[in-house]
Amino acid sequence: MPDLGKYAGDVLMAYGVTFLLLAGLIWRSLARSAKVKRQLKAAEERKSHG
Amino acid sequence: MIRLLWRDITLAFRSGGGFGLGLGFFLILVTLVPFGVGPEGDMLSAIAPGILWVGALLACLLSLDRIFALDFEDGSLDLLTTAPIPLEGVVAVKALAHWITTGLPLVIAAPALGFLLHLESTAYRWMIVTLLIGTPALSFIGSFGAALTVGLKRGGLLMSLLVLPLYIPTLIFGAEVVRRGAGGFLVGTPLAMQAGITLGAVALLPFASAAAIRVALR
Amino acid sequence: MAINWNAFWEWANPRKFMWWTDRALPVIAILAAVIFVIGLVWGFFLTPDDYRQGATVKIFYIHVPSAMMAINIWAMMLVASLIWIVRRHHVSALAAKSAAAIGMTMTLIALITGAVWGKPMWGTYWEWDPRLTSFLILLLFYIGYMALWEAIEDPDTAADLTSALCLVGSVFALLSRYAVLFWNQGLHQGASLSLDAEENVADVYWYPALVAIAGFVLLFVALVLLRTRTEIRARRLHALEMRERVKNA
Repeated sequence: MPDLGKYAGDVLMAYGVTFLLLAGLIWRSLARSAKVKRQLKAAEERKSHG
Repeated sequence: MIRLLWRDITLAFRSGGGFGLGLGFFLILVTLVPFGVGPEGDMLSAIAPGILWVGALLACLLSLDRIFALDFEDGSLDLLTTAPIPLEGVVAVKALAHWITTGLPLVIAAPALGFLLHLESTAYRWMIVTLLIGTPALSFIGSFGAALTVGLKRGGLLMSLLVLPLYIPTLIFGAEVVRRGAGGFLVGTPLAMQAGITLGAVALLPFASAAAIRVALR
Repeated sequence: MAINWNAFWEWANPRKFMWWTDRALPVIAILAAVIFVIGLVWGFFLTPDDYRQGATVKIFYIHVPSAMMAINIWAMMLVASLIWIVRRHHVSALAAKSAAAIGMTMTLIALITGAVWGKPMWGTYWEWDPRLTSFLILLLFYIGYMALWEAIEDPDTAADLTSALCLVGSVFALLSRYAVLFWNQGLHQGASLSLDAEENVADVYWYPALVAIAGFVLLFVALVLLRTRTEIRARRLHALEMRERVKNA
């Protein structure tokens, strides 16, 4: 861990917020991807069977 | 086209919508500001140009959804797309009618409301000039926003969200001219910029609005 | 060398797009993760503090790339919208839609990291400085664009209208940029990275910053591909559901 001096709080906050936002974005993208994939699969099956 | 203009203007007057509503909103906003920031004359005269401009902008926004929404609901917009005049012309005329019923009254009322806000005497001239130049841009930009949201239920809030960012340049240059004019500085550059925005908006945006309406009616 | 443009557009055919992204996406995602981590670890742990700015200089390894991405993603959306209008490639419109949320996140990151940096340096979190203000305006444009996508049900209508908004919005975003410059001269320093940036920034800061930028770009590419794939599936799903509804009615 580097010595961040008196600005430690600011620097860590900037990095923390960034990772939080990016993680949220990636998580939402993946979650929606999985959800749509599942729904589409179900719909395709309904189409070929029903 | 002239007849369409008259039709829109008389409709706006009769339904008591745009005309009175925008002005009333403008008056209320200007009355509320001193309650919010305090009655000191110096402070009020310092923020008066900004308040008047923001007020005009919001008052203009208020009646925007009427440009197309009513005609969309009763189907006359469909008729207008098949009319002999191009849809771009229809859009431009409707935006013009909106300006005459909303923008022009605001220009006329602004000096009176300027008194309430202790607007500096040197600034009146510029207030009227910039509003006169700037409000057509507000109507034409607004007609584009209205065209984008025409087919939507509850499009009004969305339209404000889309239109307000587009108003920023007009607002900046308009308020800047008044502020400079009040201080006795040169106003040529921002005034020219604002005029440029208005001319550009009047010339080009009807095409974008007409394209959006064609898509919405498809 | 003559480029076969038809072959080029073939890559944007939805089925073909799904085929090649299925293979490319994992590679790009891993590459993005690796370079992103290298850039930030290098920037965070292995660079010296600036003699004036102290450790806050480390914020720039996220601030500068995210700010660049915020603008470039809008530019990419503009290009994608134009391609949709001219060539009617569905993938193009959906890519623009997918990019918007990423662009908005980048704008937010740039604003927040800028505010955090500004507090110790300028003594205030927020200043109505031209650059900060422009980014705030850009954020508003992103929000409006995404809201319009959400509001319209029919995918083609939504693509058309959002493309129109993107085009007109770009013009007004540029206008706002100049209007804002005119309105307040500001205290933000000039662009800290440009092609001749070696003159502005010492190498110790410059190289990790380059890696961080590459990491952000790759991260964007990976995310936009993932999200576009999702949108293509969602579109197909929408079509299937419509067909079912017609059949059942």
